[in-house]
Amino acid sequence: MSQRLLLGALSALVLALFAGSVLIGPAGLGPRDEVPALFGRGDDLIAMVMQEIRLPRAILGVLLGASLGLAGAAIQGFLRNPLAEPGLIGTSASAALGAVLAIQTGLAAAMPLGLPLAALAGALVSVLLILLLAGSRGGALPLILAGIAISALAGAATSLVLNLSPNPFAANEIIFWMMGSLADRSMLHVWMTLPFFALGAGLLLACGRGLDALTLGEDTAASMGLRMGRLRLALVIGVAALVGSATAVAGAVGFVGLVVPHLLRRAVGASPSRLLPASALGGAAVVLAADIAVRMLAPGRDLKLGVLTALVGAPFFLHLIWRTRGDGA
Amino acid sequence: MSLLTLQKLTVARHGRAVLNGIDLTVTGGEFIGLLGPNGAGKTTLLRAALGLLAHGGHSSLAALPAGERARRAAFMAQGRDIAWPLPVERLVALGRTPHGRSPADAPAVERAIAALGLEPLRHRPATELSGGEQARALIARMLAQETPLLVADEPVAGLDPAAQIKVMQVFAGIAGQGRAVLASLHDLGMAARHCTRLILMDGGRIAADGPPEQVLHAGNLARVFGITAWFAATPQGPVFQPLDILTKELP
Repeated sequence: MSQRLLLGALSALVLALFAGSVLIGPAGLGPRDEVPALFGRGDDLIAMVMQEIRLPRAILGVLLGASLGLAGAAIQGFLRNPLAEPGLIGTSASAALGAVLAIQTGLAAAMPLGLPLAALAGALVSVLLILLLAGSRGGALPLILAGIAISALAGAATSLVLNLSPNPFAANEIIFWMMGSLADRSMLHVWMTLPFFALGAGLLLACGRGLDALTLGEDTAASMGLRMGRLRLALVIGVAALVGSATAVAGAVGFVGLVVPHLLRRAVGASPSRLLPASALGGAAVVLAADIAVRMLAPGRDLKLGVLTALVGAPFFLHLIWRTRGDGA
Repeated sequence: MSLLTLQKLTVARHGRAVLNGIDLTVTGGEFIGLLGPNGAGKTTLLRAALGLLAHGGHSSLAALPAGERARRAAFMAQGRDIAWPLPVERLVALGRTPHGRSPADAPAVERAIAALGLEPLRHRPATELSGGEQARALIARMLAQETPLLVADEPVAGLDPAAQIKVMQVFAGIAGQGRAVLASLHDLGMAARHCTRLILMDGGRIAADGPPEQVLHAGNLARVFGITAWFAATPQGPVFQPLDILTKELP
């Protein structure tokens, strides 16, 4: 399949799922009321549901999915490893720690964007730490090691907060938040995410040719004019902006960044640069579909998005491993 | 015209000089074989000359900005990394990376594919090829870069005899066009037959430098490799055959 055709098909899929996400919800309205209400016409209450609940949720679904898919494809390309995932550089664990601290200290309840802003601050700290730890010269290995260390440290700190939490309600809230969800987000979240999404997507999409060259190893890529240090900096900041903002608004949604690039790799002829936009669209489609599914499977139970993606993603991943085992790879 | 000039090029690792004051000039028309036992510093010399390794002294290529250097010299590394199952033709096209996107890309890729006889493999995923076929695809990638200088680290290792001869002839042809090739080699017979100039390395220094018949004389072979050999100019061209190990300590 040609690249243009693939991107066209994925875009159509994302559009259809976006429409589905906007039109499906517990309020049980029909599209004849919903569509005009989306543009502020008709009943005020329905207009409010559409504009302030459904629309931001669908937009965030696209942004979250595209962020995870794109970041996953970029980090797999950079590390030349199909098992790499966007959380590898420690951003998601650090963002989660920021969010957990915001819930524990009451900052999350005190101001509307307290939680996501604290999560972004956590993500920023992890980026500064990783750049400091991994040094300025190119290589991939110091980046992985620093990422693992930061993830472990942030994870331990999160556990410590839960461990010492004097307030069982806060602990409860933390656990539910960490499962990942797009429920009850507002347009404020969308506006907060957008600049980070634009920054991250811009940086990572520009890495395509560098990631292609890296297919042949760091030395060969450098001999073809690639500046490894610069590529790594763009990659770390890009992935952190996407994953940090995604975690800040939605909590931990796993497996999308790992599985989606896998799914699409063959369709793009394994080219890392072509995988970037395809994986962004694929991620958006998967998250939109999963977010529709959590609303339809258990309407009254607030099934968490991250629980569903992991529940579906993990067996699917096992299936992929099973298949590659057959190839002798 | 000089395509590469090294002056007192030095590389130290953990305080030990791996490369010790190398002076070298590569000019157009030369196919240079870089010889020497394992650990002599061949790979280090090639990488440092391209600026891929921190070094002392001066290399005319390493001094250039990365993009400009990539249009002057192409490099084939010893490690034959292919991370993703790219189709062979797209792998070869990676060699066009330094040139941006230009109308010269497609013909350059076609020439490189034809030079290595890769037409039957062009749509196959590169990771599914045999080791020798992968090496040919990587050599084609280097050719597609169409630079005045080609630098290759053991390009013919692991190739079948026909492919080895083919690659050596392609390199000699490139030198014939007024460009140059600098390749590290272990097959002294191949080097004697196809190269215009040989550089013999030992312990991080250049032990001998000159035309094959001058470099591959018995004294150098005994001192650097510890072997004896038979070398003669025949009606079929120069023939070199290693014969025996001199030092009895070796197994």
